[in-house]
Amino acid sequence: MLFSDMKKLRNMIPLALAMASFACLSACNKKDAGSSDNEILIGHYGSLTGATATFGQSAQKGIEMAVDAINESGGVLGKKLKVIVEDDQGKPEEAQTVATKLISKDRVVALLGEIASSNSLAAAPVAQANRIPMISPGSTNPKVTMVGDYIFRVCFIDPFQGLVMAKFATNTLKLKKVAVLRDIKSDYSVGLANFFVENFAKMGGTIVTDISYSQGDKDFTAQLTAIKAKNPDGIFVPGYYTEVGLIALQARKLGITVTLLGGDGWDSSDLWKIGGTALNGCFYSNHYSVDDPNPILQKFVKDYKTRYGKTSDSIPDAMAALGYDAALVLADAMKRANSTRPDSVRDALAQTKGFMGVTGNTTLDSNRNAVKPAVVLEVKVDDKGNGRNVFKETVSP
Amino acid sequence: MESFLQQLINGISLGSIYALVALGYTMVYGVLRLINFAHGDVYMLGAYFGYYLSRLVQGRTPSHLLDAAVVMILSMIGCALIGVIMERFAYRPVRRASRLTLLIIAIGVSLLIENASQLIFGANPRFFPQLIPETHIHMGNLMLTNQQVIVLVTALALMILLNLFIYRSRTGKAMRAVSYNLDAAKLMGIDTDRIISLTFALGSALAAAGGILVSINIPGIDPLMGVMTGLKAFVAAVLGGIGNIFGAVLGGLILGLAEVMVAGYGSSTYRDAIAFLILIAILLFKPSGLLGKGQVEKV
Amino acid sequence: MKRLLWIAGTIGALLLLQWGATALLLDGPIRQGPYYYQIIILAGINIVLAVSLNLTNGIAGQFSIGHAGFFAVGAYMAASVSYYGGPAIRGAVSFLPLVGQDTVVLILALAAAALATALAGLLVGIPSLRLRGDYLAIVTLGFGEIIRVLILNIDAVGGARGFSGIPKLSNFFWVYLLVAAVIATVWNLVRSSYGRAFQAIRENEIAAQAMGVDVTRHKVLAFVISSMFAGMAGCLFGHYTMYLHTNSFTFVKSFEIIIMIAIGGLGSIEGAVLGAVLLTVLPEAFRGFEGYRMIVYSLAVILIMIYRPQGILGQVSVIKRVRAHFITKKAAREAATKAASSAAKMPVKAEGA
Repeated sequence: MLFSDMKKLRNMIPLALAMASFACLSACNKKDAGSSDNEILIGHYGSLTGATATFGQSAQKGIEMAVDAINESGGVLGKKLKVIVEDDQGKPEEAQTVATKLISKDRVVALLGEIASSNSLAAAPVAQANRIPMISPGSTNPKVTMVGDYIFRVCFIDPFQGLVMAKFATNTLKLKKVAVLRDIKSDYSVGLANFFVENFAKMGGTIVTDISYSQGDKDFTAQLTAIKAKNPDGIFVPGYYTEVGLIALQARKLGITVTLLGGDGWDSSDLWKIGGTALNGCFYSNHYSVDDPNPILQKFVKDYKTRYGKTSDSIPDAMAALGYDAALVLADAMKRANSTRPDSVRDALAQTKGFMGVTGNTTLDSNRNAVKPAVVLEVKVDDKGNGRNVFKETVSP
Repeated sequence: MESFLQQLINGISLGSIYALVALGYTMVYGVLRLINFAHGDVYMLGAYFGYYLSRLVQGRTPSHLLDAAVVMILSMIGCALIGVIMERFAYRPVRRASRLTLLIIAIGVSLLIENASQLIFGANPRFFPQLIPETHIHMGNLMLTNQQVIVLVTALALMILLNLFIYRSRTGKAMRAVSYNLDAAKLMGIDTDRIISLTFALGSALAAAGGILVSINIPGIDPLMGVMTGLKAFVAAVLGGIGNIFGAVLGGLILGLAEVMVAGYGSSTYRDAIAFLILIAILLFKPSGLLGKGQVEKV
Repeated sequence: MKRLLWIAGTIGALLLLQWGATALLLDGPIRQGPYYYQIIILAGINIVLAVSLNLTNGIAGQFSIGHAGFFAVGAYMAASVSYYGGPAIRGAVSFLPLVGQDTVVLILALAAAALATALAGLLVGIPSLRLRGDYLAIVTLGFGEIIRVLILNIDAVGGARGFSGIPKLSNFFWVYLLVAAVIATVWNLVRSSYGRAFQAIRENEIAAQAMGVDVTRHKVLAFVISSMFAGMAGCLFGHYTMYLHTNSFTFVKSFEIIIMIAIGGLGSIEGAVLGAVLLTVLPEAFRGFEGYRMIVYSLAVILIMIYRPQGILGQVSVIKRVRAHFITKKAAREAATKAASSAAKMPVKAEGA
């Protein structure tokens, strides 16, 4: 009896061997990491696959470009920067695992990541406990940097952007009744919507209805029909461009002509391609305007086009721009610290003041949040899907 | 009232999409008792095939409708091939294994298609070209686009054709026989392998048609667009009684209407939860779906 | 008495291992230590999930694909207890040292998670009386999604922003204590009359009923026990990651757990353990493939299932086989000696011990 069982077991040996060799192969593939004499290792963790893959992939493009630009101009402290990228599939526990891996196995001196606040919040305690500085390019939830004094960000936080759009809606557009359509699955959208609602009501406006959709939805007609019945004079849609284009399109189909407003999640040329002329006369707050003559920005947009122009996204989105700036701010801090020791880099980061990046003049405040002005842009798209954003006004914090 | 009628139109429009995708689920399930989780991904591939094909085809034929028809048919053929390949290499080797094995392979195939697509097509959404220029149809204050009408009509036509095929043709009869009892069908001289391949081809072609029809109406496509739609279509198929063609259509319409009504009048934050609650409630009273046949237990 | 010894031994061994793991992996000489420690913890959580799901899916034959829902209920319930009730609990046991206070909070959180998920299991178990096969599967899937949507709408647990600020109370010791507990429970259950009843229901429900098995009671029981362990795993998960977000509890997570038990071998405890470890470690080992990682991973799943449709271990139990090997040898030896000495003795018991 045992003999026949052993035979069965033996059948499994090739399989086990194959799997073991797989594991070994991949393990051996990896070059021996660790900081060497002529390289500075930094880690980037992001959602390169999974439902939010657009964010991680965009940020990675921006970081890649920044690192190449830095290395071309001589690197940092005479060494080249090298980024190790790990995918967290958009899952918080994976973000924590890869942050642990980057810090303990690869021995990176600093971390860049993530866009989604949920993943940043899961990984930040690891960075803090190991005293490795972490810069989030795009997590807007105020709690992220509250994890500890090693956690920074280079983007706005929700309260500021919510205030900017509430001000713009009340003062510039003179809107009285606004409907809110938020993405219930995204912390970014929920946070932004909350602060908009709070500020808009404070300024005397009325929120006629506040309803939601889920990231990944394609059909918004039910919500939009409900909004139409309330007759608002504007709709605040603080989502990502992946859904906003479709929302604009479907709103116009249903005969809703009022303006749509949003935040920096709108910033992508894909928005114009999908939304087309339906977006004309809509406004969103952003970190920068392409019309800005800022040479760093102009160079970034040009380089991005030459580097990634073959694919559909020939104009960088906000995530790419923020990824670019996060890497630049880090390199700048290393230079000022004249060291790559994590604690010196952290101290230098905390003193970042008036740093000129793609997304404008960045200063990190005592809570390690970026303080920088926001711009409000108007979307203009022709019927071929070629768009541009027209600068409307700057709002300082 | 006006807004209610508009929501009704929205619901039917959404429901017909679920119905179309649910048809493929139901067909494959009817024949193999397999929940083909990769079906939603075939739907996504259909949309992407359409995206690339329409760049080649658009403007080369005399009319917009013909453009759309050519793109749709070519994409259906493409996806039918994918379906056949999928069956041949992933499902056929384990046809005799337990149903869980098949299910895990289906999940694996689904993951494979999604991840490969994210790599090949990129994760960013693409704009599906306007094959048919949009015109609005006004009925009082109600708004309907010609695209919605075309989607609905094509979906209905495809369902009727499918029904005719299954209940009126010889091959359809063979398909029903295989679905009833695979071994007995084999003994009757039916080439069961061919019939199963054909089922996958048909189901996948329908998914591709669904992908294109949806993209004409809602022109944003991305590699994960099939996940949620696939899941909802599966729910629709179960709701109607899985394995039953009319059940799939009925289930799709109910689900579409329910979702729209919940989002429009109830709480939009609970939209997905309520879709599932309705499903559970219906299944508690009709354990084999609305039109499904209760299985007789052999003792 | 023997059982108590076993329990004490396990706890002692785990404490020792915990000490070793901390010394070696966390503060010690091994460079990748913390990374390995993280993977070992996540593997432990997955083992509990897989072994507990195996009870409903593999042993009782009730097809459930909503395990992530129970996992979520437990995680959020426990996190709420220690987040909102933590200070009060600590106040009540302030005479204890800090470690003792932590333990009390964690045990109370575990208890709350177990209770909440047992109730949830009862709720889902009841429809299982009327539904079978794919219909039951879709109802459990629906349950998981409903839970996720509900959590997204509860502001007290963070909603879409996630639940942060959970104290770090769980570690290697607690996770693997739960692993030991779930394995011991399921192991003993399978060999008890309950386990036989579960298996009878799996093989043929009507026949089981005809033989006098209370089908209703046993089905619900399987759901309750299985979900309870998933909930406790959720508790330890949340208190390890210190942050919870619904993205960790989508139906994709349920699918992952199903894949674990199918790859290991449906119905086999060792299979579930092996599958859980494999599916935690493989994606990490595949990191060298970078962009192709998930493609290689899904291909691996497909190929394993095609070449081992019954899972790597199948339904056989390694432990049982090894035991059987020694017992038959021992029995044969004893039988030989006994037959030689006297023929009037009772036949040798092969079971027991």
